[in-house]
Order: sequence, then structure tokens, then C-alpha cells
Amino acid sequence: MDVAIVGIGIHPFGRTPARSGLQQGAFAARDALKDAGVEWRDMQFAFGGSASSGNADALGNELGLTGIPFINVANGCATGGSSLISAYNAIKSGEHDIGLVAGFDKHDRGAFDADPASLGIGRWYGEVGMMMTTQFFAMKIQKYMDDYGISKDTLAKVSEKAFINGSLNPNAWRRQPIEVEEIANSMMINDPLTKYMFCSPAEGGVALILCRGDKARQYVDKPIYLKSAVLKSRRYGSFEVFAPSQALEQVDGPTVDAAKAAFEMAGVGPGDMDVLQLQDTESGAEVMHMAENGFCEHGEQEHLIQSKATYIDGSMPINTDGGCLANGEPIGASGLRQVYENVLQLRGDAGEHQVPGDPKLGYTHVYGAPGISAVTILQR
Amino acid sequence: MKNQVPIAEGLFSWPSPNPALLGSRCKNCGIAAFPAAESCMACSGQDVEIEELPRKGTLWTWTVQQFMPKPPYHSNETPQTFKPYGVGYLELPGGVRVEGRLTESDPEKLRIGMEMDVIFDTYRTEENGDEVISFFFKPTQA
Repeated sequence: MDVAIVGIGIHPFGRTPARSGLQQGAFAARDALKDAGVEWRDMQFAFGGSASSGNADALGNELGLTGIPFINVANGCATGGSSLISAYNAIKSGEHDIGLVAGFDKHDRGAFDADPASLGIGRWYGEVGMMMTTQFFAMKIQKYMDDYGISKDTLAKVSEKAFINGSLNPNAWRRQPIEVEEIANSMMINDPLTKYMFCSPAEGGVALILCRGDKARQYVDKPIYLKSAVLKSRRYGSFEVFAPSQALEQVDGPTVDAAKAAFEMAGVGPGDMDVLQLQDTESGAEVMHMAENGFCEHGEQEHLIQSKATYIDGSMPINTDGGCLANGEPIGASGLRQVYENVLQLRGDAGEHQVPGDPKLGYTHVYGAPGISAVTILQR
Repeated sequence: MKNQVPIAEGLFSWPSPNPALLGSRCKNCGIAAFPAAESCMACSGQDVEIEELPRKGTLWTWTVQQFMPKPPYHSNETPQTFKPYGVGYLELPGGVRVEGRLTESDPEKLRIGMEMDVIFDTYRTEENGDEVISFFFKPTQA
């Protein structure tokens, strides 16, 4: 059975002092219900997640207590993707006809401070200053640049494009383009990545209404079908965040595994995709994820990015809403934001950041600690 | 003589006239891990033995931490006295790639593939005067 997305809702990303994370989630949920033309009481189930704004099922206190099964999901940066996969399976199995997926968050300023013990790592690892996601991404791209000839200028150009796209998206946090020189010369955070090459923890909420594919047209004229939704965790030998040691022999990471499984499930290939949302918690991640997801060979990114192929009007539009770089990362909402953006794109409703040429297939990808990846493929 | 304590038990041999990082090696598949684990991440085997890891290796990748991390970071530094530090993975031949702090923090002096030694030195001093010992990777002197 096909599963369709019939409603999407968002609370603008960035900083909203007047609303709690939960209230931003409720805002997005009401927006999604309205979009699908349904009521909260019509929902038969819900999955949701938040990393620092409490239990997602507290949304019931805002939206109304209807007695439905509401399951809290926690899976790091892949929380939204995991909620979506859970909802997808709940409908595909025939258990439910229609339900809601929500993600929201409101993080403090500054880098995330992870607790080593929560990942089974000794306290010493944090004490000496290695419990930093930013270091991992810097070391991964440092090695990648050495292996495949990616330039520092290309890293800056990824951010430049993100802020341009953010300036076109009314729901983005960072809405001012930044010159490539300013990006390259901003404060060094973890060599080779500067301040404007990293996304920041932020706030926001996203909600989606999913239903059985054969009932989708009861709700909307343009249902978007979820052709695949896959989550993979790391295998032994992949180079991952928060790893005090790693194998001498490297194997493909969870992104490669999730991408392959998602293409197989949907019966399509990378070349069929019209619009891509790839995890860009920093600019190097977008570069590496282009190849890991199968959209180019390792090293081809240098030419693709320098020639603006990844721009909205390019041959391979990536992170058309500004991505994490321009939206910030509210962990619970971030993966769902990508799906929200692709639904907009496939409906043709993305306004100033609409990809031209009537896109039919959209791809989303998130990566999170301690080595998980979630991919979706949407089809109009 | 000041009292020297390791930053964590079992990370490296201490006290020792010739300390080394301690890893575990799976007797089933031969894969090594650091820190030593009670089971094997590669094959799920539970028959592992502790061994000393090589004291020399090559730098596999690196970065420099340019801002002071939030806790659990625990040094003797304040935001005023914080100095950027290098972090990298050292490939220990026949063992594993171990992540550690580098004694060098100048990006101009760091390159992938350079040889480094595993050294043990004071990381911070506790209020009671105890010196907390940790491991570092130091460029091999030519």
C-alpha cells in the first residue's frame, strides 16, 4: 500500500522568544491539520520527537486529549526521520489510516554539549575536549579534501549557496546572503571549517499528516507519495562521530547503506531525483553527502559546486530551503523540515525557492550521532 | 614528588617505566579496539584480551579546536587562558586508529601522514595537588 503526505505545517525556524518549543510544535501541527483539511480528533495515531523541549506527546495538552497512541521518538539528528518511518510503517501495515508526525525543539545558544556516558563512552573523553561533533565533521572533511582534492573555496561556496537559498525562504532563520570571502575569513572553529560553515542549534517545529495512499485524494488534490523511508545505523568500520577509536579498514557509512536501500525500495536511481535535501550541519557534510548518497563520484563535487550545479536552477538542486546552514538545527524538527521542503517543491508551491521544471521526485537525507542515517524519497 | 593519577583507569599502563595505550583484541576475529572493551564490536565475540598498543603511528586526520568547549571539558583553563588544541586520529600499525589530543596546535605544522609518538603527560592539576595524566600524540622529532 502507498503512503501519502496530505498535510504539512511549519513554525518558522530561528529564534522565537515568545514561544516554547512545544508551542512551536503545536503551531506546526495546527498548520499541517489545516493544510490537510482535517481536525486533530481525526488523527488515529501520532509519532513525535524533541531533544530538549520535553516529550512530544505533551502536544496533546495543546491540541486536545483524544486518547490516541502518541509515541515519543528519540534518535538524535535522525529523530524526525525515525518518527516518519514509524508512521509510514503504521499505515503501510494497515494498522491505521491517518496520523500525524511532529518534531520541534528549542536549544540554547552555542555548540551542543553531549554527555559521553549517554553513549557508553568514558568521562575522560569529554574532559580532554573530544566530545565535540564539530571536531568529527572537521576531521572527516579534512581527510576527504586530502583524498579527493576538494578546495577550501568549495567549502565556502556551499555556505554561500545556503544563505542565498535562505534569503528566498520566508521560514528560514538566516535570510541575508553572505559574501564567499566573509565566509572563508570568518572565525575558524575547527580547521578547515569556519563559523559560517557550521549550522547552529536553533528553534522550530514541523508537522506532517500521513494517510493511506488510496484515501489521499479525499483530503488533497495533490498528494505526495512516500516511496521509501529508510533508517540505517553504522556497521563496524565506518568512520563515525564520538569514536575514541576506529577500524584500520574502513567500510561504507550508514548514509551509503540507507541511500542504496531507499533507491531499491522506490525502484528509482540517483539520476531520477529532481530536488535534494542533504544533511548540511556544516558545509563539508553537504560535499561528502553528495557522493555518499550516490549523486556523484567522490571528488566530482569540486566541479559541481564551483559550476553552481547545486543551485536552485542548477542540474542538481541541493538544500533549496537553505538547509541546516540557513535554518539552524532544532534536532527534533530538522529532518522533517527537509520533507516539508520537498513536499512544497513537488506541489510546485515553493515560491521564490521553487525548483524549475516541474519536479517529480525528491530526496531527503539526515545523518546523526553516533552514526545513523535516514533517507526518504518522495514522488508527486 | 607529586602524586600522579591517570585520567581514567585502564586507558593506558600506569604507573609504568614505559607506559602504553591499552587496547583489547578479539581472539575470534583479531580486531583491536580502544579503550579496551569486554566484547568485540566487529564480530560480537566476548573472548578478548588486553594488549599494549604501538607507541608510534601516522596521523590519519586532524583538526584544531579553536574555542573552549563546555563541560564535561575539564582542564585548568579559563576562557581567558584557553589555548587552541589539536585533535587527531593516529593510525597505530596492527592496532586501531586512536583519537587523541595533539601536542601541536599550529595548522601549518600538521599534515596527514606525519609520524607521531604516543606520549603521557600532565593534563591538569587537581585542587589537592594530584597531577592528572593523559595521553597525547607528539610529532616525531626528525
